[in-house]
Amino acid sequence: MSNPESARRVSYPKRLARLAVERIESAFDAVFTPEWNPLYQLGALGWFFYWIVAVSGIYLYVFFDSGVTEAYESVEHITHVQWYAGGVMRSLHRYASDALVIVMMLHLLREYIMDRLHGPRWFAWVIGVPMIWLVFAAGISGYWVVWDKLAQYVALATSQWLDALPLFGEPIARNFIHDSTLSGRFFTLMVFIHIAVPLILLFVMWIHIQRHTHARVNPPRGLAMGTLAALLVLSLVHPAVSQGPADLGAVPARVGLDWFYLFLYPLLDEYSGIALWALLGAATLLLLALPWLPHKRSVPAIVDLDNCNGCARCVADCPHGAVRMATRSDASAYAQEAIVDPALCVACGICVGACPTATPFRRRSALKAGIELPEYPVLELRERSLDRSSALRGEARVIVYGCGQGPDLKAITGASVAAVEIPCIAMLAPSFIDFMITRRYVDGVFLTGCRANDCYERLGARWTDARIAGERDPHLRARVPRERIARFWAGSDRGAEMADALDLFRARLRELHAMQAPVVIERHEAATNAN
Amino acid sequence: MPIKPPQVIGQVVLYAAFAAVIGYFATEPGYTYVDPGAAVITLSFGHAGDRTTECRRLTPEEIAALPPNMRRPMDCPRERVSLLVELHLDDELLYRAWRPPSGLAGDGASTVYERFIVAPGRHRVTLGLRDSRREQGFDYEHEETVELAPGEHLVIDFRADKGGFKLL
Repeated sequence: MSNPESARRVSYPKRLARLAVERIESAFDAVFTPEWNPLYQLGALGWFFYWIVAVSGIYLYVFFDSGVTEAYESVEHITHVQWYAGGVMRSLHRYASDALVIVMMLHLLREYIMDRLHGPRWFAWVIGVPMIWLVFAAGISGYWVVWDKLAQYVALATSQWLDALPLFGEPIARNFIHDSTLSGRFFTLMVFIHIAVPLILLFVMWIHIQRHTHARVNPPRGLAMGTLAALLVLSLVHPAVSQGPADLGAVPARVGLDWFYLFLYPLLDEYSGIALWALLGAATLLLLALPWLPHKRSVPAIVDLDNCNGCARCVADCPHGAVRMATRSDASAYAQEAIVDPALCVACGICVGACPTATPFRRRSALKAGIELPEYPVLELRERSLDRSSALRGEARVIVYGCGQGPDLKAITGASVAAVEIPCIAMLAPSFIDFMITRRYVDGVFLTGCRANDCYERLGARWTDARIAGERDPHLRARVPRERIARFWAGSDRGAEMADALDLFRARLRELHAMQAPVVIERHEAATNAN
Repeated sequence: MPIKPPQVIGQVVLYAAFAAVIGYFATEPGYTYVDPGAAVITLSFGHAGDRTTECRRLTPEEIAALPPNMRRPMDCPRERVSLLVELHLDDELLYRAWRPPSGLAGDGASTVYERFIVAPGRHRVTLGLRDSRREQGFDYEHEETVELAPGEHLVIDFRADKGGFKLL
């Protein structure tokens, strides 16, 4: 059996990159609070910008007129005559599109650095790759329909680039070299493409989140309002405008490029179109292959029917939809049983923490939960907890439970502090906290792991908070003194702050100790005998 | 959790930075596609060359040997010759290329799409196109003097049905 406390599986360079990202995100935490931190909401922000682009695009379409001269004139009318509505909408349309590219690329980079692309996560990753192509296709076709000087440049450069592919009998670029070759029907085609591609994108975005339960597709209201306000102010202060009407008799010598969408275009002047297609093709293949690069994978959870009562809590809590309920396959009186799909299971253990049978109080039978991680059974978690807490001394004995994505736990262990690492903090059933405190094995339980709102396993910290607050089953029993529990959602870069929080927690425990009559501390051996 | 004043200031600064980055890179820095002091000549057309082999009248015996629904008086091979295209600007050879026919069977039109950045001013444009099986010379020739202004875009088209090369 592999060591379950070696969850820091990522390579050293990636750990450094992750540390850097976490430092930046911690700074954003300080400004935005973890709840509103935009770096934790990149996917949801992508959806938000998409809807801004869609709504503003529908408005613009009402007033847009397709045609060689009408296209430019109608956009000018929208921009200048009704600047207060159409002009703002045009600017929002452009700037939200740019913002979509920013959050999309940051989302991609972040998921890679945080190693969230392996195992069952390959699906969202792979579906995300064509989304990049679709976003760029939608954006570039939009620049085309305005038919200003930038559109002329984009039309020429894009068609020349497409002509590099051996697909077209006659060069497409021929359509944009002279007024006599340009047809008004072309604008109808481009508008169709500019509407069809985003609709396809929306469909692919929907597929992208299909394997995530409780997927976040809306940013928190405060973040959404702040972002929208920023784009609105930008639209008023620096409105998006055209760059003069296209004139095929003149060369668009100097253009104001939208670098978010057109950053590759200058390369077309340096390298052949085929070379650039090859580069993009290779990059796409690399992105598609990344989830399958060598990566350690944990053994998926398994169901023990003798202990499964079909309560479906594991189904409700699994962040990846890896558990489902099915008709009972044994002779049990329960109607249903849990079934784990090994292809979708990431072995986070959240299902174990949700299982009512994963309680360390059990005495009548050996401790075995209805759903278990083969590499880290609940029995081993209890043994490890008892073993490490038995050596603790002092007035404020604390056991720290943390996940492999949080601060380094070894750094904070000592005479009065023990630490146990688990794959995800939500693997710890609330009954363990109850067990350790009410049985007086420790004076307090300290929970740590990923940063709030950015759990590596998506929902670990959220479910843990809800269970302790009594908002979600299995909830922590009311008898457990909440002042003896501390939570510090940190990430791996905040070890020093966690140590400070732990010191404060222990000081509070000492105060509690001073206020209460001395208690007889049951020892580990006594508990072991009782079981 | 209530937001403290320093956080509000921090958020305003970061939102402003976000907007500034978008606002700036949405159009800046400008990209110089072509030197504004230069002119551009685009040579672009599509034209099908002659067939590589002359059509041949089939003999009565050959026609009779064909299935009834496929009988025809002439046998015309599909493949066409490559075009030889030449463009001189003043005395300088700007372009000379053999342009193959398109299509898997080599029976489609040959196409040309080339751009040349040139100095503005008065230029003599000399063009030649060979679209037949001849070994020497051109089937179409054209010479014209043009006055190109800075930033001007001159298009050279070819329409066989309208007499050959046209400068647009």
